[in-house]
Amino acid sequence: MPASVTITRKKTRPPSPARAAQKKFMLRLYVAGTTPRSAQAILDAQKLCQQHLGGRFKLEVIDIYQRPALARDEQIIAVPTLVRRLPQPLRKLVGDLSNAERVLVGLDLLVRGEN
Amino acid sequence: MKKRGDQRKTNPATLPKAPTGIQGLDDITEGGLPLGRPTLICGCAGSGKTLFAIEFLVRGAMEYNEPGVFMAFEETSEELAQNVASLGFDLKDLAAQKRMIVDFVSIQRSEILETGEYDLEGLFVRLGYAIDSIGAKRVVLDSLETLFSGLSNGAILRAELGRLFHWLKAKGVTAVITAERGDGKLTRHGLEEYVSDCVILLDNRVSNQFATRRVRVVKYRGSRHGTDEYPFLIGERGLSVLPITSVGLTHEAPTDRIPSGVPRLDTMLGGKGYFRGSSILVSGTAGTGKTSLSAHLIDATCRRGERSLVFLFEESPSQLLRNMRSIGLDLDLWMRKGLLLLHAARPTLYGLESHLVTMHKVTDEFKPNVVVMDPVTNLSSGGTVNEAKSLLTRLIDYFKTKQITTFFTSLTAGERSEEATDIGISSLMDTWLLVRDMESNGERNRVLYVLKSRGMAHSNQVREFRLTNRGIDLVDVYVGPGGVLTGTARLAQQAREAADQQACEVAFLTRKRQLDRNCLALSSQIKALHLDLENAQEELKKISAQEQFRTATDAQVRAVMARARYADPLANGAHPTNAHPRKEV
Repeated sequence: MPASVTITRKKTRPPSPARAAQKKFMLRLYVAGTTPRSAQAILDAQKLCQQHLGGRFKLEVIDIYQRPALARDEQIIAVPTLVRRLPQPLRKLVGDLSNAERVLVGLDLLVRGEN
Repeated sequence: MKKRGDQRKTNPATLPKAPTGIQGLDDITEGGLPLGRPTLICGCAGSGKTLFAIEFLVRGAMEYNEPGVFMAFEETSEELAQNVASLGFDLKDLAAQKRMIVDFVSIQRSEILETGEYDLEGLFVRLGYAIDSIGAKRVVLDSLETLFSGLSNGAILRAELGRLFHWLKAKGVTAVITAERGDGKLTRHGLEEYVSDCVILLDNRVSNQFATRRVRVVKYRGSRHGTDEYPFLIGERGLSVLPITSVGLTHEAPTDRIPSGVPRLDTMLGGKGYFRGSSILVSGTAGTGKTSLSAHLIDATCRRGERSLVFLFEESPSQLLRNMRSIGLDLDLWMRKGLLLLHAARPTLYGLESHLVTMHKVTDEFKPNVVVMDPVTNLSSGGTVNEAKSLLTRLIDYFKTKQITTFFTSLTAGERSEEATDIGISSLMDTWLLVRDMESNGERNRVLYVLKSRGMAHSNQVREFRLTNRGIDLVDVYVGPGGVLTGTARLAQQAREAADQQACEVAFLTRKRQLDRNCLALSSQIKALHLDLENAQEELKKISAQEQFRTATDAQVRAVMARARYADPLANGAHPTNAHPRKEV
């Protein structure tokens, strides 16, 4: 395993999170307008990514009011939704990202049940 | 204030409605679903919710020029298009014409992880986008409850659903929301709490191993509606609800008549036969000739070049043809000419609803003038008696609107009164003939009478009903002091009467001869007396003449003697006495 893994809270290294962590993350955050909840979600997402992915991520923020067709194509129902497009498989994290641990689990950056 | 008043004027007392276009449903709901409001359709799996919803949209787009959005939570648009293609709905074509949008909402639990608070604005945006892109007036959400399986925060979902329904109302779209039936509740997740304007329940119940679909309007705020459970079918052209009240009893009543095929029966029916488009019921016990009566009607109809359709529930077509041949009716001929169609099906083959569909379908295709159902009583073995009755009611209404004359035979149980057993359907019938057995003197004879026949002066007489090798023959029964007699009893009575008649004649003749002789004797007596009279008169004459002559002679003699004695002439010319002349002398 290369030494460039940035996850520090991990004690064991199960294969999938480890592999996932090495790859570049393509993330999309869908929000609805400029509500406080949207703003908070954007901030939280950026903070988490910075913390846990360093420079290995691309975060795209999409306002579904501006691009409703995209919301349809990406099967967005609830907002905010953070979509992990890469690495596969596709994951949708529904909610305002206030529960950081669940976000990390959802992004395969943290194995469930740890810590 | 002024604005409010205007609004009131534009909102009439009756709720504005969006017609569904689903056959029969708009009759129950008196016009359709509440316009611009959400309607909840609930039902168990397989009860036809999705089909109901899609037909609402398709009819709206095709017939009422109201584009629609279908939000599918369970099926992809391809699956949906395939599923309804069999009903003749081309969703892709409608989508291409921008009259319909199918938006598949995929909620995969495995993909979704909840990380905090959220709302369903995504759904709203998608729905709003779809509605605005084609100017939709109708929306279907099928089925919202999938949200509950995809997202776990019930509190958020509930709040959002409440908001969704308000939003739909604000958008002014007529929405149909489908939901799964729950235990003891209308829907599993209590959606009925949010959709309060109109709730329709679909049901697919199995009784006697037959499944029947039913629809019921549970609630319709601000409108009258039919409250019963109405059977409905998923046929080849979509749903059709068949409410009894659907046909508003407005069918035309033709005045022309069609002969029954039995001339003397026509005579009993005011001389001309049945009314065209009327319903005729023949009830009777087994073997009383009900089918034969129907065969006569078929024969007479086909002879005129009109078409007959027979639904057989008991006999196979070839059996019927053979049996009718034995009474001299060649129905084969009409089959070959394409004027007669025999449609045989066991009542137990499938449920009543399916029978109804089949009968509708066959009738629509064949376009008969006369429809015979033989025997109609067997239908109840495909369901309960009530169901069979409701089916019949709907059938009769249907046939009457098409001015098809219907002829039903009804098998009645021997021990019960014929009139009581058919009481259920008899009120639907215009003409009711009763064929029954009369058992006496060790034989059974059939009699027929007209129990009722609306709109014509019909005979009140009982006729003896005979099946001969030249068809049905109606004979006057013997009605006399000995009661009503049929069969050999009638023949015996007739013979007895003839004998009596003869005896009377003989007695009369004897008596006549006797009296003649008496007369003769009396007149000969009269003759004899006449002769006696003549004798007596002659005698009288004779003795009178003698006396005259004697007197005259006596006077002459005395005159001569007086002259001889020179006696004075008598003063008076009277006879002189012997003394005086002597004295004078």
